Amino acid sequence: MLLIRCPWCGDRPEVEFRHAGEAHIARPADPAMLTDAEWAGFLYERANPRGDYRERWRHIHGCGRFFNAQRHTLTDRFAGTYRPGEEPPA
Amino acid sequence: MDRRFSVFALAREALRGHAGWAPQWRSPERPQPAYDAVILGGGGHGLATAYYLAKEHRASLGPGRIAVLEKGWIGGGNTGRNTTIIRSNYLFPESAALYDHAVKLWEGLSAELNYNVMFSPRGVLMLAHSHHDVQSGMRHVHANRLAGVDNEWLTPAQCKAFCPPLDTSPAIRYPVLGGALQRRGGVARHDAVAWGYARAASALGVDVIENCEVIGITRDPASGAVTGVETSKGAVRCGRLGVVAAGSTSLVMAMAGLRMPLESFPLQALVSEPVKPVFPCVVMSNTVHAYISQSDKGELVIGAGTDQYPSYSQAGGVQILIHTLEAICEMFPIFRRMRMLRSWGGIVDVTPDRSPIIGLTPVPGLFVNCGWGTGGFKATPGSGHVFAATIARGEPHPIAVPFSLDRFATGRLIDEAAAAAVAH
Repeated sequence: MLLIRCPWCGDRPEVEFRHAGEAHIARPADPAMLTDAEWAGFLYERANPRGDYRERWRHIHGCGRFFNAQRHTLTDRFAGTYRPGEEPPA
Repeated sequence: MDRRFSVFALAREALRGHAGWAPQWRSPERPQPAYDAVILGGGGHGLATAYYLAKEHRASLGPGRIAVLEKGWIGGGNTGRNTTIIRSNYLFPESAALYDHAVKLWEGLSAELNYNVMFSPRGVLMLAHSHHDVQSGMRHVHANRLAGVDNEWLTPAQCKAFCPPLDTSPAIRYPVLGGALQRRGGVARHDAVAWGYARAASALGVDVIENCEVIGITRDPASGAVTGVETSKGAVRCGRLGVVAAGSTSLVMAMAGLRMPLESFPLQALVSEPVKPVFPCVVMSNTVHAYISQSDKGELVIGAGTDQYPSYSQAGGVQILIHTLEAICEMFPIFRRMRMLRSWGGIVDVTPDRSPIIGLTPVPGLFVNCGWGTGGFKATPGSGHVFAATIARGEPHPIAVPFSLDRFATGRLIDEAAAAAVAH
C-alpha cells in the first residue's frame, strides 16, 4: 500500500485516497471546434509512461480535495505532491 | 524437435530413461536481418499470431519468413501470471463472437498443436448477490443465448449442487441469490499454451527469439511505413510489424509516435498450498470480488483485482489481496484455514471500454493487438487467429472489425465493464 502525502492533511495510507487519472489534461478551450480524433485524444489517449508520471489523487476519505502528484511508475516512489495551480517537483 | 508426442513416444522414452527428448522449439540466438512479418511480444497471443500466420497465411507473405521477438523468455510475462480462466459469456454480440471463436479453438487446441494444453471445460459459475446482480446476470444469460453462446441461470440450490464448497445460506453478508453458469467454460494450463504455440510455430519455420528487446521502430521517411525494428540484438528489417506487447504496448507504440487509449495497471493473483481435489469448477463473484478455481496440482488459484493507479512495478498492494481473501473466506468457509503459498503481479493494459484493440494503426505496416486488460488469457487462440488474418490481409478479420483502434474516434465503444470479472 502506498503512503501518500496529502498537501493539506499530511501522510495518509492509500486507502484514504482515490486515484483520479493523469494530471494536467486541460479541457479544450473551444470544444465545438474539435475533430472526432481530437476528442478521442482528449478523452481516451494517455501517456502511460514507464517512469515519471504526473497524476491526480483525491483525498476522498479525508479532506475530499483533489491534488497532483509525481510518481515513478516502475518503483511507485513519489517525488512529491502539490496543490492544483502549483508547480510540480523538478 | 519435430517429433510428435504420442503414447508410443512416451513409452519409448520411458524405456530409454527419457534421454531422447529434444528442446521443444528452436530458439535462435540472433534474428535474421530481414523477415516478412515480425511479431513483437512472445506471450500466448503473439505466439498464437505467429502460428496462425505460418499455418494459414504464409502464401500472402512473400517468402513467408516470420519471427517472434520476445524481450524476456517464453511464458515469463502475463501468459504465466494469469489465473487461466476460459469463458465467452460477454454481453455484446461483438464480444460474444470474439470470445466464443476462442472457446471453439480451445476445444480442439491440444490436438491441433499436438501438445496437451490441459483444457478442462469444468464450468464457470458467476454469482449474483443482489437484486441488481440477478437482473444483470439474467440479462447476460439471455443475451448470450441469443448470440449462440451457452449460458444458463441457476438457483442458489443449484449453485450449491454444482459447487458444494459454496456457502449458500441466507445468513452471510452477501447471500447467493443465483448464478450464471457457462458449462463450456473452464481452465487450461497457461504455460503449456505458450510452449505449445512456440513449439508448433517453430515447427512451421517461425523464428522464436528470446531475450531480444525491441528498442526502436524504423520507418520510411517518405511514406511513414514501418521498415523494421531496432533490437538489443541488432536491426531487423520487416514489411509488417504486429505489436502484441500487453502492458508495455503504450511504450512500444510511442516508438512509432502513437499515443494509445491505454493505461497499465498491476493485477495480482495468488495460490494456496496444494490440497486434494475439492473444488470442481470456476466460481467468480464481481460483487464481492471472489475469483477461484483449483489447479490440477491442487492449489487454489485466486485472482485479485487491479490496483487503482497505473504502474509497471509487477507488484500490487497487499490490501488488494486481503480484500479478495476476505470474500473467499466468507463464501467458502472450508477454506478459512488454508495457507497461501505465493502471490505475484502482472501488468495489464486496460482500455476505456474494457474491450481489446485488434487491427490496423495510422502507421502503414504497423498492426496492434492489445487492451485485453484483466481477461486476455481466455481469448488466446481466437485473438491470434483473427490478428494473423488481419496482418496477412492488411484489413481487419470480420470478427475483429468492431475492435478497431478508430472506435475511440467514432464513439462505437464496446462497453464490457460489467462482463470483465475483475473490477477495475
